[in-house]
This record gives sequence, structure tokens and C-alpha cells, in this order.
Amino acid sequence: MIYNASPIAVGIFVLFVAITLGLSFYFGRRTKSAAGYFAAGGEIPWFVNGVAFAGDYLSAASFLGICGMIAFYGYDGFLYSIGYLAGWVVALFVIAEPLKRLGRFTFADALDSRFNSRGIKLSAAVSTLVVSIFYLIPQMVGAGALIKPLLGFPHYAGVLMVGVVVVLIVVTAGMVSTTYVQFMKGSLLVIFTFVLVLMILQRGLRVDDNPQASAVQTVTTIDDGKKLINGLPQGTGKGQTDLRPVGHVSKLPGDLKETGPLGPIEFLSVLQESEVILWRSETERKGDKQSTTTYYPVPTSGADVLQPGTHPKSKFAGLRGDRLLPKINFLSLMLALFCGTASLPHILIRYYTVKDQASARKSTIVGIGCIGFFYVLTLYLGLGAMISGQLDVTNSNMAAPLLAKSFNEWLFAIISAIAFTTVLGTVSGLIVAATGAVVHDLISGFFGVKLTDHEKVRIGKMAAVTVGVIAIVLGILFEKMNVNFLVGWAFSVAASANLPSLVMLLFWKQTTKQGITAAIVVGMVSSLAWILLSGDTYLAVYDLPADQAIVPFSQPGIVTIPLGFIVLIVVSLFSRRTGTADAIARAG
Amino acid sequence: MAGLDPISSPTPVDNEMEKISARNARYGMVLFLVYLAVYGVYVVLNAFKPTVMDALPLLGVNLAVLFGLGLIVLALVLALVYAWLCRSARNGSNEAISQEPSR
Repeated sequence: MIYNASPIAVGIFVLFVAITLGLSFYFGRRTKSAAGYFAAGGEIPWFVNGVAFAGDYLSAASFLGICGMIAFYGYDGFLYSIGYLAGWVVALFVIAEPLKRLGRFTFADALDSRFNSRGIKLSAAVSTLVVSIFYLIPQMVGAGALIKPLLGFPHYAGVLMVGVVVVLIVVTAGMVSTTYVQFMKGSLLVIFTFVLVLMILQRGLRVDDNPQASAVQTVTTIDDGKKLINGLPQGTGKGQTDLRPVGHVSKLPGDLKETGPLGPIEFLSVLQESEVILWRSETERKGDKQSTTTYYPVPTSGADVLQPGTHPKSKFAGLRGDRLLPKINFLSLMLALFCGTASLPHILIRYYTVKDQASARKSTIVGIGCIGFFYVLTLYLGLGAMISGQLDVTNSNMAAPLLAKSFNEWLFAIISAIAFTTVLGTVSGLIVAATGAVVHDLISGFFGVKLTDHEKVRIGKMAAVTVGVIAIVLGILFEKMNVNFLVGWAFSVAASANLPSLVMLLFWKQTTKQGITAAIVVGMVSSLAWILLSGDTYLAVYDLPADQAIVPFSQPGIVTIPLGFIVLIVVSLFSRRTGTADAIARAG
Repeated sequence: MAGLDPISSPTPVDNEMEKISARNARYGMVLFLVYLAVYGVYVVLNAFKPTVMDALPLLGVNLAVLFGLGLIVLALVLALVYAWLCRSARNGSNEAISQEPSR
């Protein structure tokens, strides 16, 4: 039995939620103005903002998704850690200080600072909403994935609970409460991940030679939706059975049975020489509703686990082959991760919560420190989960909490509660970004509706509720998707739609408002269209064979990011020339 | 760096001087290009020569792990270098300003 409801976990989770809501109501009484609600009045100390960056950015994808990918596929999951962190270099060196100088509430402010264009306001607002919703889906899916082992409730209950709590956080005090929730979450996540990694190193590696640990398992879904595990009904009663937890070392160098405590480098070098059991699956369909998935063990050398592109089921399996398209797909993803961080609206608005450019810079450096440290830990976390003997072969998203369970119930409870808080922190940031776009960019900016400060805050709260409801519905619909995979899409859309305009506005004097508007629209539409027509979407969303997809590879960034730059340059040059010709004609 | 200098803001809302901002942006661009080059090598090697990553150059840990961890550490090191450079730049400018009346 992998999952059983944990009263300790429930208690700690309720405590976290109570603290979070307590903070929100406390700050809510002090937040009355629009500047306070949408940008915390620019009064957040840089260190708090830096840790809040980590709380905002280290989402369910980083904690649950990457750990799960490393646990199931080895090094390939770590490629995401590297890409996610690299994006912060763009944020610090290129975007942070100019963005702080040019804007007030939203990133559309910065884009529009030289033009006062309704087109820019509209396109930037729509882009913010699209990216935020794309990013919200995996967070909500992560929440649903966590609720099952914690409380024994179905997926939708987790999504609903997180949705309600987050809407309360945002509605009470907007950016102020969101910042402190993210600060708390960022601190807890980094500290407890570090504790978990220390425990992994302390435990070292040990061989499990029990034949049961490597026994094949089957999951049969029958017509009425019920499941059979190894031919018996799923459950804990008489005549029922459940999935067995898996994941272990099968051989150590020198035929050792266990290593004892290891240092961080030693852990990797011993694993390199060992053999571990990874799990693969084959699904056989009978008719429309019945299918049987067989999970079987594959002894894999540690050297293969720690190399890129060696797992045949990984998204990067094609790296070791001769075909060019999988390699381009990989380059495209790594480009999107590199460019995407500095284009995410919920990250960009955090630059407006500090008082000046120096604070923006310092908080980004603190953020890079926390986030970089966390991503180093993800490698150990994922590898530790891979050999923890607690993996659920059907759900990679649960690898991190189950790793904690392999130590003790308290740690499982704390890590599960932190994972929930992880979702709360990121989702609240996304909702604040989306509400800012609705109120500041769309209603005030594009439609030109004159709003008092009080009205802005009130409409912002209504928008927060609406976005929260949309997030809940999508989180329920996308239950089966790997959260990290979905976040990769959000990065591609953000990088394609937003980065070309931000960079060119800062570094190319010929940029025009028409160029910016066109680049955002083309970048957003082209990347979305590419994703919807890609093999990954065919397989995961439409349930069609991937080779029927229209586009040749799944990650759009390598095409759509340069396309955004090209469109901006061409439209800017054209509109500048047209503008000059009109001016001459008027003068004549 | 011609063509890469940031465009000055028409509506500065910050008390940090424009000159310092421009200098910081130049430092940022150089450090960004350094990181981009190293990241580019890592990504291209993984895509087109992944077997290079199998080598064990140090402490029994393969190049894939060392390079990956190295990239994360490099980001932090460059961030600290940037912080130091920006701090020096501000101190330098402040000194120049304070010496102005005595010239």
C-alpha cells in the first residue's frame, strides 16, 4: 500500500493554511490602495523579495515535476533544472533594472513606457492572461496529485481546496500577502529540501535483493472505470490488493550490500558504478474503455542513469539517435527555458514590489542563490527518490513526498504540506499577475475606464475570483499530464510572446509600438498554434498518434522566438518608414 | 558596447543615476554573453555529441553532472561578480560627484 491518509500530514497542512490565511487577513487590513494591492506599494525589502522570487518561481513543476522526472528517467529531468536556472541570468543581466525603471504595476507598463499605445496594452494583457493560465494548469494538477495520498480525497478535491485558499489569499491583500506567503514557502522549501538531501546522503545506498521488489505489476482499467491490480480489485479489504511501492539499487560496486553515509560527490560516483531498477510500462487496449498497463523492472547501470538521453521513454530519448528532429526539439526547449524566465508575467511584476533598481538587482541575486541551491538539490532528491523503495509506478509527480515517506511519517507530512504551500505561493503570484493585467492594462489602459483606487482594488478582487475559477476547472480537466511538461509549454509561450518586445525595447532605438504589438501577437499565436499541432499534444490531449501531428517537433521556441524578433524588426522598420512618409506628406 | 546600450528612459522614476544604469547594463551584457556562451556549449554538446558527456574527468563523476552543476554554480558566481561591479560603479560615481566642487 503506497498511500494511506496521514493525520499528521493533515494537521500540518491545516496549520500551514491557517498561518497563510492569518498573514493574508493581517495584511489585508493594511492594503487599501491600488499600488498596495498590485505592487505592495514598492515597499518589500530586497532580501524578502529575493526569497519570494524563489517562492514564486519554484513551482509544483520544480519540486514535484523535476524530482519525478529524475526519479523515473535519470539525468534527463536534471536538464530542466539547468534550463530553469539559466533563465535567471537573462532576468538579472538584461531585464531586472530597466524593467524596474520603466514600469509601475505590470510588464505592459514597461513595454508601453515610450508609446502610450492601446495596442501594446491590449496585446500585453492578453499575453499575460494566456501565459498565466498555461502556468496555472500544472500548479493545480500538482495540487490534485498531492491530495490523494494526504487525505484520500479525489483529484478534484485537491484542486478545489487550493483554488479556494489561493483566491482568499489574493482577495484579502493582493501582492503584500502573496509576497509573504511566497517568502515563507521559498524558505521552507529550500530548508526542508536540504534536510531531505542530508538524510539521503546519510542513508547512503543499499541493495534490496527481495524478489518482490522487482516483481511485474499490472493495472487493468475495466469498463466501469474500476481498476484491477495484478488481477484483483484495487483496495485494502479482503480479496483486494494495491500497487506495491518500487525503486531500489540492485548492485553496488564491489558487491557491497550497503555503503553507509556518503558525501555529495561520493554519492554520485558510487551511483555511477552501481545498478538500479528503473520501471517501464506497456499498455494494451481492449475496446474503447478497457486497457491493461504492465509495469516491468529494467536493471539499468548507474552510468546510464547519469547520462543525458539514455532512457527510451524520456522526452530526450532522441539525443542519442541519428535523427535531427529530436535534437532540434531539445535545443528548442532549452532555448525556451533560457528565454522564458525573464518573460513570465508573475516574475516580472515582482520587480515593482521593491523601491529601486538596486533593490531589484539585489533581490534577483538573492533569488538566484536560493533557486540555484534548490536546483542542485533536485539532482539528489530525484536520485534519492529513484532508489527509495517508495515510488508509485503510475505517478511520477508524487516522487518527492514519497521519498520523504521512506524516512518517516513526520517528514512525509511536512514535505507534503510544503508541496501544497508551493502550489499556493506560485498560484497566488499568477493570479495577482492576471488581475493586474485585467484591471490596469485592459480596463484602465485599453478601454480607458476611469477608476478610483478603491474601484481598481474591488475589480481586481473580482478578477482574482474569476481567474481562480478558471484555474480550478482547467486543473481538473488536465489531471493526467506531467506538471513539468506543461510548464515547459508556458515557458515557450512566454518567451515567444514577451521576450522579443522586452529586449528590443531596451536595446534597439528603432522599435515602434506597431512592432511591439505585432511581435507579441505573432509570438503568442504562433507558439500556441505550434503546441496545439504538435506530437506531444496529439498523444497526451487528443489521444491520437504523435506521428500524425502537423508540426515536425513539439517545442516551438526555436522557431517562434526568432519569429517574434523578426516580426518586430520588420514591422518597426515598415511603420517607421510609413510614419516618416506621412510626416513628409503632411509637411508638403 | 555599440548597439547594445540600453535606451534611456524618458520618465525616470528611480533615484539611481542614468549613467550608472547604463554602466550596469554594459556589465550585465558582458556577463550575459559569457554565460550564454557556456550554456550554448553545454546544450549543443548534449544535442549533437552526447557521448562526450559520458567521460569521467574528475572524482568519478561524469561530465554531464559536472557541467550541469557547474552551470548552476557559474550563474551564482556571475551574479555575485555583477553585484560587486555594480557596487564599485556606484561607489566610483559617488566619489566623482563628491569631488566635483573642489575641482
